[in-house]
Amino acid sequence: MERIFCRPESLYDVPTHYCPGCGHGIAHRLVAEIIDQLGIREKTIGIAPVGCAVVAYDYWKFDCSEAAHGRALAVATAIKRVRPQNIVFTYQGDGDLAAIGTNETIHAANRGENLTVIFINNAVYGMTGGQMAPTTLLGQKTSTTLDGRDRQKHGYPLKISEILALLPGVHYIERVSLHSPQEVLKAKAAIRQAFENQINNAGFSLVEILSPCPTCWGLNPRESLDWIRDYMQKEFPLGRIK
Amino acid sequence: MDNKKRKKEFRKILITGNEAIAEGALSAGCNFYAGYPITPQNELIAYMAKYMPDSGRVFIQAESELAAINMVFGASAAGARAMTSSSSPGISLKQEGISYIAGAQLPAVIVNIMRGGPGLGNIAPAQSDYFQATRGGGHGDYHTIVLAPACVQEAYDLAQASFELADKYRIPVMILGDGILGQMMEPIIACRKSPVANRNDKRLTISDKQKPWALSGCKGRKPNIIKSFALAEGALEQLNLKLQQKYKVIKNKEIRFEGLFLDDAKIVLVAYGTMARIAKSALSRLRLAGRKIGLIRPISLWPFPQKVFCPRNKKIKYLVIEMSYGQMLEDVQLAVNGKAQVEFLGRSGGGIPSEEEIIGKVRGIL
Repeated sequence: MERIFCRPESLYDVPTHYCPGCGHGIAHRLVAEIIDQLGIREKTIGIAPVGCAVVAYDYWKFDCSEAAHGRALAVATAIKRVRPQNIVFTYQGDGDLAAIGTNETIHAANRGENLTVIFINNAVYGMTGGQMAPTTLLGQKTSTTLDGRDRQKHGYPLKISEILALLPGVHYIERVSLHSPQEVLKAKAAIRQAFENQINNAGFSLVEILSPCPTCWGLNPRESLDWIRDYMQKEFPLGRIK
Repeated sequence: MDNKKRKKEFRKILITGNEAIAEGALSAGCNFYAGYPITPQNELIAYMAKYMPDSGRVFIQAESELAAINMVFGASAAGARAMTSSSSPGISLKQEGISYIAGAQLPAVIVNIMRGGPGLGNIAPAQSDYFQATRGGGHGDYHTIVLAPACVQEAYDLAQASFELADKYRIPVMILGDGILGQMMEPIIACRKSPVANRNDKRLTISDKQKPWALSGCKGRKPNIIKSFALAEGALEQLNLKLQQKYKVIKNKEIRFEGLFLDDAKIVLVAYGTMARIAKSALSRLRLAGRKIGLIRPISLWPFPQKVFCPRNKKIKYLVIEMSYGQMLEDVQLAVNGKAQVEFLGRSGGGIPSEEEIIGKVRGIL
């Protein structure tokens, strides 16, 4: 009998620490599947962020480094410059990439570093228990915006992908979502594109993934997917940005 | 070595302390540098920008000190001999990264050409970052090896030594100089080939055999992970114990100092870096006047050369002289453990204790 579905070689067979309904498990798997498909596991170096995915290297079966909060793209820049023959990617959340690490993000993109960025946008600080993120929606309640995000007090959701698209050093940016099987397949295609770009030395590529966080959103997993569909993607429209 | 051979291998050059550190790093096979401009260390970054790319090495002007130190983290994780440099306020910014480098047990060289503080301070030479340098500086139980050159030749030599020590112990090494050393030009003897080593120079290749822990892709081996994170119960304590074990070995093996007239000295001057040179001038004048004065110049500030102090000899008094209001002073007090008299002379914020002030202070103690 032909085996048509199995665990990717790039993914360890271990229990998950993520909450039920969390998007990280899907995103980790998509990255692992693409790395397998492109046959680059043995030359890939991943950079784990600070955030819920801090132990991403416990799931991925290839070389990985940690990075201080927000500094993943500085670490990745150096690794890629030192070892241009390797495939180097970062996996970062919204707080990591678009708040504490905005400077590193913009400058790595502006230098046109030949890197792949997997950017998980779940509109909240998950690991620390659900504080306001740069991408938190207006009106969204978090533990630091008890009455919902107010544009006058907290500013607007930060569209970092659109900002990055303005930079000439950036080659590819696409926003995808995990809220339905169809969207997951599109996310997988975008991740593949972002890695292929690096293989072809095309330059800086980023995939923003709208990802559910039922625990910090106070919704069940199913409702969380609907919330992305009904609210989040209105603020963060899906599709190719650059 | 005959003259001809010496000329072939070495050359005499007139160079600033900042450039000498850069030159020393190049000859030690430094293949990654990231930095951010700040006075008074700008000659260093400029020298690296000029010579690193020529020999196929990586030079990056980073967007901030934070980015620079984290680039050093990444380069070192990938096996490169990596360095960054800055001056006091910039070094404060790098502390988080240095703590991560220490925790992840990565080799790295960090240069601090100290200026006046606190805050933005000024750009005059100072030695007021001693506490920060020798006590770890960032969060957590860690140390960096700290080396303090007193002249431009020594800046060159210690830059080379720093990379060896960093690799040997997988530890961040800090070169702690002051603005005078950074800016001052002196002739030095340097390796001839170093700055323009050709692209195939073996010193620049990253050997997986030398650094089997480095990230290079997991072909033919289990994946390597570089991290300082240890969440599992007891794991961080184990990591810390491993670090402490390493520090114990370094404390035993890597002490460096210069001692002058310690056999008959009644008053021993204690100073490091540029301050030690001024102290030496005062010492020669006092010696010529028949005074039994000696000098201890710590070269490794951490590990501190504690054993060279003799608290049991009640006749010896120590005079610590610093471009700060008493930081190394505390290490000397710890070394003598209250059993010998320790005096202090210090100025900071641009003030530098002069030869005359030192002589006056010594006469007061005598």
